[in-house]
Amino acid sequence: MPVTVKTFTSTNEAAAALSSDRSARYLGGGTLVMRALNEGDISISTVVRASDHALTRIDTGGSRITLGAGVTYARILADRDLGFLHAPARSIGGPAVRNMGTVGGNLFAPNPYGDFTVAMLALDAVVSVQGGLGSREVPIEEFLQSRDRQAGTLVLAISFAKPGNAEAFRYRKIARIKPKGGAVITLAAYLPVNGSRIVGARVALGSMAPTPIRARAAERALEGRSLDASTIDAAAAAAVEGTSPSDSAIASAWYRREIVSVHLKRLLSGQE
Amino acid sequence: MAKTPLQFRHNGREVAIFVDGGTNLLVALRELIGDMTPKFGCGQGGCGTCSVLIDGELHLSCLTLAETVTGRSVETLDGIKDGPNLHPLQRAFADNFAAQCGYCTPGMLMAAKALLDRNPSPSRDEVVEAISGNICRCTGYEPIINAVLAAASGGRARA
Amino acid sequence: MLELRKDLFADERDDNLKEIGKGTQRQDMLGHVTGTSPYFDDHKLQGMLHLKVVRSEHSHARLRRVDTSEAERSQGVRRIIRGSDVPHNLNTLLSLINFGKDDEPSLAVDKVRYKGEPIVAIVADSPREAFEAIAKVKIDYEPLPAVFDVEDALKPGAPVVNEVYPKNTFTYHETYDRQQLRFGDVDRALASADHVLEQRYQMSPIEHAPTETNGSIAAPDTNGRYIVYTSTQALFFSVDTCAKILDVPSNTFHFIGGTVGGGFGGKVDTLTEPLCILGAMLTGRPVRYVFGREEEMQYGPPRGAERIYIKDGVMRDGRVVARKVRAYFDSGAYTRLSSYAAVKCAAHLPGPYTIPNVYGDIYCVFTNRTPATAMRGFGVTAMDFAIECQMDKLAHLVGMDPMEFRILNSYRDGDMKAHRREAKNTALIECVQVAAEKAKWPLRDEFKRMSSRKDGGGIRAAVTLTPRETHAPPAAALQQRTTYDRAPAATREPPPPPSPPPPSSPPTPRPNAPAHGAARFSSVFGTRRR
Repeated sequence: MPVTVKTFTSTNEAAAALSSDRSARYLGGGTLVMRALNEGDISISTVVRASDHALTRIDTGGSRITLGAGVTYARILADRDLGFLHAPARSIGGPAVRNMGTVGGNLFAPNPYGDFTVAMLALDAVVSVQGGLGSREVPIEEFLQSRDRQAGTLVLAISFAKPGNAEAFRYRKIARIKPKGGAVITLAAYLPVNGSRIVGARVALGSMAPTPIRARAAERALEGRSLDASTIDAAAAAAVEGTSPSDSAIASAWYRREIVSVHLKRLLSGQE
Repeated sequence: MAKTPLQFRHNGREVAIFVDGGTNLLVALRELIGDMTPKFGCGQGGCGTCSVLIDGELHLSCLTLAETVTGRSVETLDGIKDGPNLHPLQRAFADNFAAQCGYCTPGMLMAAKALLDRNPSPSRDEVVEAISGNICRCTGYEPIINAVLAAASGGRARA
Repeated sequence: MLELRKDLFADERDDNLKEIGKGTQRQDMLGHVTGTSPYFDDHKLQGMLHLKVVRSEHSHARLRRVDTSEAERSQGVRRIIRGSDVPHNLNTLLSLINFGKDDEPSLAVDKVRYKGEPIVAIVADSPREAFEAIAKVKIDYEPLPAVFDVEDALKPGAPVVNEVYPKNTFTYHETYDRQQLRFGDVDRALASADHVLEQRYQMSPIEHAPTETNGSIAAPDTNGRYIVYTSTQALFFSVDTCAKILDVPSNTFHFIGGTVGGGFGGKVDTLTEPLCILGAMLTGRPVRYVFGREEEMQYGPPRGAERIYIKDGVMRDGRVVARKVRAYFDSGAYTRLSSYAAVKCAAHLPGPYTIPNVYGDIYCVFTNRTPATAMRGFGVTAMDFAIECQMDKLAHLVGMDPMEFRILNSYRDGDMKAHRREAKNTALIECVQVAAEKAKWPLRDEFKRMSSRKDGGGIRAAVTLTPRETHAPPAAALQQRTTYDRAPAATREPPPPPSPPPPSSPPTPRPNAPAHGAARFSSVFGTRRR
């Protein structure tokens, strides 16, 4: 069966087309769906697009930042208000991929990709998806846990509370090829400080499980403490807890487990 | 099979074609328009050899659904010469031995052009960043970086 | 930047050179920078069809049943090709030079021996329709135990990968299960050495990853011939391979190639042309068969894996007196070019050093991995890695500077090499000296004064006493004959006996002529003097 392309102006119609057809995929920047078609994935026979401008909107005005699902990494890099997200945006692909790939698509990117989603997870983002009667908000962690079943979901936007202090957000991607390459692992942390103590620590890891995950044990080691050497050591030691990395051409599961604490330590201690 | 009509500017010239559903821009350019300058290397966004400019922005034609360029301007290596004269980047690539097998060259040149069009005197690091999505397996990247720097205005790197 | 050290060996050269040392533009550069160099895929032919293959899901399995009936009815399918459609469905690449037995089908018939082995080819109007038909081919596999490790493959009771070579090793000269090098008495030298160091090295397969994937386009020409645009690195080799597989004279084909989007050795296997041409023959239409990137990376042949054991004897003064090497080349499921890699490896031992006692056993082993092929110095690269790691470790062991240690052991003009040829045109000492100078690595004066042209020969030219091995090598099955063999079996000479000098002969200093048939490998490498 040949591929049919359906383009809608409203996200509502696009969502309906997606949910009614198991062979339908939503086309954002093309870096996942076109890749699958090029490699001969015949499970996709309908490509759905939506031209609603809301999908490409960036809203940094209020206390929450909202990124439309169709916002590209190049747009984020061009936005001064999103400076704290420049590191994750720049860590993805080369310029062409950054001109095409979108933050919505990144939610679906399998390992070793999906670096931006690791950043979103550390920021405890909320994913807006198109439901039958308007949009529905899904916590990102819940979204990722059920990602296998989300192929027919239309993501509208992703939003998160603006970090009180840009320094509180940290990001690190470990790749063998510089400046571009699939991740060995990806780490992001959000460490808001109240007085001298961390309150509400969040640490997210990429390529350490089938989807990006939170490193809860490391978060517990950080919570309520000041970010000193012993806290950093304790968090780093706990980094591997609850992870389930896989072997891939980029790195073995063993190697990923070995290095995650090293890199979390460097991330927390601010080393390059 | 239902075909979709598609009209866009190809190297400054209006073109109109009919594409099958799901056709990517690389196939449309090569097989329907006959512009063989963009190459297939991976179909995955990993190699950059299919790079073209869409409205002046660097894109991977193999990951671009052809019909999304309707009404837009697509520029390939075939369009960068000035009449019979080579573009300064083409001249610099030739003079600096920046091609061996030549297969990555069309994508490299387009990535370099995307850079120089908005930043005429880039630093070495900016050149490295600009071609970071393009894989070369033969000459190594040094002659390519040197060629881009040589083509940039003044020809001197800011380091 | 390029620097020519004309001070070295200046008296041996005519330096009145017109090209060397001067920049010369490539003849294809203008085509490259304008994107007009003609790669195989840059040909758009009227009514072109697309060929894709169904690949094995198993590393080792018997094919109980292959059902293509549903695929044949799939939309856009023009032709399904099975092994029985291939006129000569068994080949080995080097049969063209009468080396090795036919061991690899174009399309698997009764068994698959590696994951990704082609079983069925589908020719369809579009790539999408070919992919859809692939999904409709039903294959009933009977999985067999697989072996992925070269040493496991040689153990008794190991699964037989390829019935053509039931011992899982390539057969040399219809007799030997390995390449053997015997020079001097390595065991005695090891026993009397001050230090012995035994180490294990291995290298994983390496993919060439050319930016252009393997592929070809074949089309019926107006004169009954077929025009073939191909990515091959070995055009005439591919022509003859296709002629053999398709059982037609080679002038049936007009091959056009030469502009290759990166090869590095990965485009010498004639992977796509035979099926592509057969598709054109069977449909009467142009057919294009191009690897996708995953196919290229997963099933395109890599540089083969190697495992190497080196046991060296070294004296306190730094002289390496014995080197015993056992190496296994992982050929994957079929020979391709790995048999030749093992020959190159044996010829390269013990590296560029003068060692009086050398022993080498080099095996070309079959496993259920992707068949390996040529890649940039294959047969030598991993062995050099192992030897040079070993040299560093030996230097450390005897407390010597690693650069000086290499200079001390370097071969010099007039020395006898382990395969009983006199070393000439040697230049390793000068290489190490220049490398040390460039790296600002201090060398003692006596090492700076050493030269490849001094102190060679004499006792270093001796063919050391080599004990004869008593056990007869196991006889292998007779070479399979093909029409491509140049001589009928009966007229072939029996394999030469392993022919070191008799144990009674004393070490002869510097023989005048190379003995032991070494002249067979007569110099394709130029001579500097003599």
